[in-house]
Amino acid sequence: MLKIDKLNFSYGDLKVLWEIDLEVNQGEIVTVVGANGAGKSTTLKNISRLVKPNSGSMTFNGVDLTRLESHQVVEQGVVQVPEGRKIFPEMTVMENLRMGSYIPSARKEREKNMALVFTLFPRLKEREKQLGGTMSGGEQQMLAIGRGLMANPKLLLLDEPSLGLSPLFVKNIFDIIIEINRQGVTILLVEQNVYQSLRIANRAYVLETGRVVLTGTGTDLLNNDHIKKAFLGM
Amino acid sequence: MTSSVLMQAIISGILVGGVYALIGVGLTIIFGVMRVINFAHGDLMMVGMYLTYFLFTQLGIDPFVSVIITIPTMFIFGGIIQKLFINRIIGSLPQNQILLTIGLGLIMSNSAMLAFTSDYKILTTSYSSSSFNIMGISISQPLALSFLITAVITLLLYWFFMKTDTGQAIRATAQDREAAQLMGINVKRMSIIAFGLGASLAGTAGALISPTYYIFPQVGSAFTLKAFVITVLGGMGSIVGATLGGIIIGVVESVGAVTISSDWKDVLVFSIFLLVLLIKPAGLMGKSST
Ligand SMILES: Nc1ncnc2c1ncn2[C@@H]1O[C@H](COP(=O)(O)OP(=O)(O)O)[C@@H](O)[C@H]1O
Ligand SMILES: [Mg+2]
Repeated sequence: MLKIDKLNFSYGDLKVLWEIDLEVNQGEIVTVVGANGAGKSTTLKNISRLVKPNSGSMTFNGVDLTRLESHQVVEQGVVQVPEGRKIFPEMTVMENLRMGSYIPSARKEREKNMALVFTLFPRLKEREKQLGGTMSGGEQQMLAIGRGLMANPKLLLLDEPSLGLSPLFVKNIFDIIIEINRQGVTILLVEQNVYQSLRIANRAYVLETGRVVLTGTGTDLLNNDHIKKAFLGM
Repeated sequence: MTSSVLMQAIISGILVGGVYALIGVGLTIIFGVMRVINFAHGDLMMVGMYLTYFLFTQLGIDPFVSVIITIPTMFIFGGIIQKLFINRIIGSLPQNQILLTIGLGLIMSNSAMLAFTSDYKILTTSYSSSSFNIMGISISQPLALSFLITAVITLLLYWFFMKTDTGQAIRATAQDREAAQLMGINVKRMSIIAFGLGASLAGTAGALISPTYYIFPQVGSAFTLKAFVITVLGGMGSIVGATLGGIIIGVVESVGAVTISSDWKDVLVFSIFLLVLLIKPAGLMGKSST
């Protein structure tokens, strides 16, 4: 579905991604784990075309992503829920969700998707008239994911959805990711919460200072000695 | 001085303030979406004035009727400026943005000078100096008419931004450009629409004041300054703030002219401006953080 080949990227003189190969197949949950600053967000920004790579190829269902602008990537069905949520602060919950379904193909299914989001996150329904900027971190994360789902994604890119959430809520978010995947949405999940994300992932990539150093199934990596030492404190 | 004179001044201040509000709202929309201060704003208004003047003298179209032509023409004009120039400098150094918009303004005012000479033009309609009375207060007919048009435009604009997908997408772009891109919003197109709207509001303001103001190529610079004061007073990027700011400046000018003298009205305007910024640095409707 998504295929990245030898992606190189730098911010000015600072080289951040080196020869990244990454693949996501339809129906999977794939996770990219790694320490802070490893280049996880930068990888997603490349996929969403918020930044332009130095070299390498990226295709989605055969479509060359490197020829598209950000908004066209969304039209292809690749939707990112960014790190830090990036809710529209001066818009209500309802308006934020409406913006999620801005692209023409999603506009037609606005009502249906809105109902779906509200079953997934009943809390958002209660808060529909509240301004996005005034909600708690957890509620903003629900809104950010809900807003992403409004676009009818085929592939959902999630950047650290568990960041800054209470432990109880973290468990909740991972359950919801599994549920979204069950409903037919393929998931590329970027996380620092290595244990939880490997637990739910079909396959995983480990990123260290801009390079893919390990890849395998979620279960394999959970039992991998390097992972245990470096990330799980065992 | 009697209270009816004061009342009179307040009313005409509000009426003029409506037009100021249009200019300020245009500037604030452009700033909100692009984070670019448009120093050519008054010059866009000047273009609107000459357009109105041309339509009136050459084709005999009434200035208030001509807004039907001015609005779309200025929208397209602004959109082209955005597409050709401003879209290239979004996110670049502030001094570059300032130079570009000042330069564009100079090109506009100098082109007007070439085309129309620097003579002051007066657009006299049959009703330019007519007025009517309500409860003993005399109200200028062109001012009242322009205020009415301003009010309709403001309401339409409010509806556009609150209720339509495109309007909401422009607000989203202003609040978080990157997040807007991730929603599938074509932010470059939103910027073109935003600048088009800003230009068409400025041009409309020009059309509306043309029956009561001198028209000359440099008329814009004073209005750029005024628009800037109004926008900062209301809070950069706030449409409600700019509307309020426009009305306040209109009233202060008009009341200042009758209570002190018209030479002092600008001093009064800037005193109020500084006072508000001392008390509330982000402006009336501005967010105090960021
Ligand atoms: N806008 C930017 N400009 C310059 N360097 C950046 C920028 N964003 C991130 N970086 C650098 O790129 C590297 C990778 O960052 P990032 O992709 O955000 O890592 P992660 O998401 O894995 O924490 C880091 O060294 C970071 O400092
Ligand atoms: Mg990150």
